[in-house]
Amino acid sequence: MTSLDKTFFPGEQRDDFTVIGSVTQRADALGHVTGRTAFFEDLTPPGLLHLKMARSQRHHARIAGVDLSDALAVDGVVRILTHADIPNNLYTPLKLIGVEPDDEPILAEDTVRYLGDPICAVVAETEAAAYEAVARIRVTYQDLPAVFDVEEALAEGAPLVNEYQGHNYFTYEGHHCRRLRFGDVDEAFARADHVFEWRYESAPIEHAPTETTGCIVVPQPDGRLRIHSDTQACFFTLDNTALILGTPFNKLRIVGGTVGGGFGGKVDIVVEPVACVAAMLTNRPVKFVYTRYEEMQVSSPRAAERIYIKDAVMNDGRILGRKIILYVDAGAYARHSPYGTTKAAAHMPGPYAIPNVWADCHCVFTNRTPSSAMRGFGVTIADFALESQMDRIARALEMDPLRLRLLNAYRDGDMKAHRKVAEGTALIEVIQKAAAMVGHELPAEFRRMSSAEGR
Amino acid sequence: MASTVVSLRLNGRPAEFLARPGTSLLSSLRDSLGLMAAKRGCAQGGCGTCTVLLDGRPVMSCLVAVETIEGASVRTLEGVAADDGRLDAVQSAFLDGFATQCGFCTAGMIMVAESLLAGNPDPSRDEVVEAISGNVCRCTGYASIIAAILDAARRKREVDVV
Repeated sequence: MTSLDKTFFPGEQRDDFTVIGSVTQRADALGHVTGRTAFFEDLTPPGLLHLKMARSQRHHARIAGVDLSDALAVDGVVRILTHADIPNNLYTPLKLIGVEPDDEPILAEDTVRYLGDPICAVVAETEAAAYEAVARIRVTYQDLPAVFDVEEALAEGAPLVNEYQGHNYFTYEGHHCRRLRFGDVDEAFARADHVFEWRYESAPIEHAPTETTGCIVVPQPDGRLRIHSDTQACFFTLDNTALILGTPFNKLRIVGGTVGGGFGGKVDIVVEPVACVAAMLTNRPVKFVYTRYEEMQVSSPRAAERIYIKDAVMNDGRILGRKIILYVDAGAYARHSPYGTTKAAAHMPGPYAIPNVWADCHCVFTNRTPSSAMRGFGVTIADFALESQMDRIARALEMDPLRLRLLNAYRDGDMKAHRKVAEGTALIEVIQKAAAMVGHELPAEFRRMSSAEGR
Repeated sequence: MASTVVSLRLNGRPAEFLARPGTSLLSSLRDSLGLMAAKRGCAQGGCGTCTVLLDGRPVMSCLVAVETIEGASVRTLEGVAADDGRLDAVQSAFLDGFATQCGFCTAGMIMVAESLLAGNPDPSRDEVVEAISGNVCRCTGYASIIAAILDAARRKREVDVV
């Protein structure tokens, strides 16, 4: 076993660690290798009904009419739910931490805002009957203009995506974006030897878990609903579902914690509420599980982002100022994107001590699939942009990219742009170690640098 | 159309059940026979989580219409360990080699490995990679899965020598 390197943070580390380097079996592995791990779908309660969703075939439209007559005539169809069946149809998942407004219907009322927006839920005796009925639901649309680009969505005259939000951006304490103001970037640009400005862009990224999003809701004799779910967020789901159902929290019980791949994505409340309503109305167990197509088409991806970074740089590589304009494409509804955008803002300007920072981070509504959480959301794409920016600056200055980073690396005691004092920083040491491991030579003054020493 | 009676040899024992026309082997296993190890990841033959052995060969059970395999022998992960619960070499190697993460692909991976090692006791790494090429591990734990299958081959060969 490799011994711990105690050069850094002397006296601040425990040295009785035993886990790293020792063999520890996963608690759940025996179940996995014998096939006995119970995933939510490994349950066949008697009388199980199947729920399938009729979804918008338009990006943005008024619903002129929904004709269920042919669908209801399909043999095996038990019930078709519409928005009128959902006690509190409008929600937003982060209302639990005070985020407003409620901006997303469980089932569409009079408008659909993205391709795949749920409209009606068919509950049937078999999956086949449910699919057949979904295919026979006739929705009449009046198309509305749609917008698919974050900057176009913010431009004058853009179609309004979400009237509950009132404009195509999420409002942060009265402001149109999450802002960061630290020092004076304009003064930095005026003083700089070089100004570098580049644009970065990412596409939405689907988590693609092998187990698709889903749940089975089983009504209990005591009147409670037992929800078997593959959510990564059991209590978050329970609380949001209770609010949507208008029931006390103790009327619901979640059985979960076994997730067939989540990657930070199974945290939206997209299957449980409607399945619970179906189970309450039929008093039978109901399964609602996404098809692979739904998982790809409508389960919320990591947001697409567009990031402009403009840097004021001196000949020696010091970055005096950094100006960032960042757009997060939330899609049609807020979900977790307001939080992700705040994370992006707090992450700026990256792990560097830059004395002047200005950032506008916009959470933008478009008629695309709602984006939401994925591991590291708000930070991952920002890092792609920030570190690409560092490499490009190094190239432009014909400078070693590691030295450029070491020169600008944050250290303990530095004030970060969002007014937190940096503690426990280790970028310098990580770069020094990495350089040594790959035989990348650093001059003595760079090898002597330390996160613990002020500059 | 009426359901038909399907008879299979399932994990070494006879099994008989009713199936509607077009029912997949996967649905029969899960919904009629209560065998939940094989998973429905995509229901379109794209992910391999439903892999079982049909007369010894790995198949995507979501793509097999069960009425077409009357009389066949089917083996699932439930039939891999010994009756007393002792794990076989592949299961042990997966367990010891940290070759499971979320566990959703595990059943399919193990069944592919069982088939590979039955026909090829000393596979090369490339042969292991090819064998699992129809099985998605979205946690991307391929390196430990491949190592576990090679380890299982060694374990089996050692047992055979003894």
